[in-house]
Amino acid sequence: MAVVSRGFQGRRRQPGAGLVPPGQYLEDDFPVLSAGPTPHVALDDWDLTVVDESGASLARWDWGEFRALPAEDVTVDIHCVTKWSKLGTRWQGVSVDTILGEIDTAAEFVVAFSDGGYTTNLPLADVLDGQAWVAYRFEGEDLESEHGGPARLLVPHLYFWKSAKWVRGLRLVEEDEPGFWESVGYHNYGDPWREQRYWGD
Amino acid sequence: MRWLVATVAETVPETVRAVTLRLDVPDWPGHRAGQHVDVRLTAEDGYSAQRSYSVASPPGSERLELTVERIDEGEVSPYLTTVADLGDQFELRGPIGGWFVWDGANTAPVLLVGGGSGVVPLRAILRHHEAVGSTAAMHLVYSARTLGDVIYRQELEALAGPRRAVTLTLTRESAPDWAGHRGRVAAGFLSEVGWPPSVQPHCYVCGPTAFVEAVAEALVGLGHEPGRIRTERFGPTGG
Amino acid sequence: MDTSLDGNAAAGALGDLFAFDVTTAVSTCATCRDARRIAELYAYLDAPGMVLRCASCGAAQLRLVRSGDRAWLDLRGIQVLEIHSTTTAE
Repeated sequence: MAVVSRGFQGRRRQPGAGLVPPGQYLEDDFPVLSAGPTPHVALDDWDLTVVDESGASLARWDWGEFRALPAEDVTVDIHCVTKWSKLGTRWQGVSVDTILGEIDTAAEFVVAFSDGGYTTNLPLADVLDGQAWVAYRFEGEDLESEHGGPARLLVPHLYFWKSAKWVRGLRLVEEDEPGFWESVGYHNYGDPWREQRYWGD
Repeated sequence: MRWLVATVAETVPETVRAVTLRLDVPDWPGHRAGQHVDVRLTAEDGYSAQRSYSVASPPGSERLELTVERIDEGEVSPYLTTVADLGDQFELRGPIGGWFVWDGANTAPVLLVGGGSGVVPLRAILRHHEAVGSTAAMHLVYSARTLGDVIYRQELEALAGPRRAVTLTLTRESAPDWAGHRGRVAAGFLSEVGWPPSVQPHCYVCGPTAFVEAVAEALVGLGHEPGRIRTERFGPTGG
Repeated sequence: MDTSLDGNAAAGALGDLFAFDVTTAVSTCATCRDARRIAELYAYLDAPGMVLRCASCGAAQLRLVRSGDRAWLDLRGIQVLEIHSTTTAE
């Protein structure tokens, strides 16, 4: 095994990795916060799609195809707007760069949509370049349904409400569309380092 | 509705898991039977947690009573049932809820169906019925796991009378000398011990979510008018 | 398993905002037109905000986010709210 250099974190480092953003506290548990009932979808019925503004499908994977995509193991810090943070959480998933890789688009924004109707919006630039994954394993186990399984979006550099549980697709849009929480008070972007929790922050 | 300070004046163990807290709340504005309060606990570092609890005492009682059942993984109930002691204080606000209430002037027959800690607001209703000398016919059907889980057992027996009936059913009692009902509150049981729909009773169903949904569905299935069924769900384990 | 509470549990927080008793008000779902007391909607209080969902179709009828001195309330999921004054029992 190679010598590990203490403190070296590599190129695609999460901003502020290992540190706790302002107003947050460290949490040992993994709290479950839900805006609705936990959806239960059979893997046979599951798919992940990328759609354009009109809803036309640009790409689609069923569960088997999705699991055959190249996956990464990542260790990231996560920060919930309700003030808890967990450092060094381990996930396995497919990079959104892989998911969007073959697609040509003029869209600048993406809306992630989930089973149960949840949506969240992000600039397209924030889900590319190694900043986002569709994750299906957490801490070495299949992602539990209460934490978003079978697969959830993982965008650790923003508050965790942007990491949509039970994600089923990404819609590429030219104009930003506030999602479920962004349209009722939560900050449109959500940078934990600038404490962008609510509108006007 | 502002937060009021409640001081624990007495703690009364009801069962192995349930404790009744008798509280002094100086500015308490009064309440109706069936209403609840929000309780807020604040730690020294400012962290706070909040839960709702039904008021267990009827309107006009000297102290405000809450009966709390301990949920081991809970955040608030372990404090209230095992730590809170005489003189301790916490905040509460209320009374809350104008739907799940029974007022003494109503003379229509009443069916109260409680599962586990869902009996708490129903006890307030029964005691209010007694306090005002109501002539409405009132029947409580109370489902608990074992005899040891029955909250207010002796009090409920004492409240029974010409106009108040209490039927107990146990779902997991193994003692062979229990001569009462066994089994879940299902449609058959309700039609056997409860009011027929022709009587047009007002129904109040309270307890864990699954219990309330099953009972409400059974009542509707038996022909009771949905508009006369009021429900209060306590979540999966009961509050 | 559905872990929801119902609108009764949300009444305290909503009582801060409304001048009427929310639990007795009847909401008509903008999505499916089901009409029932707010007390009987499914409440999700653990979220970053509060959500009340239609007991019939599951659509979010009410969403509430609070931050210190500000609150945001989205009622798009409610087509109309019928408000009852609090008289004694009916």
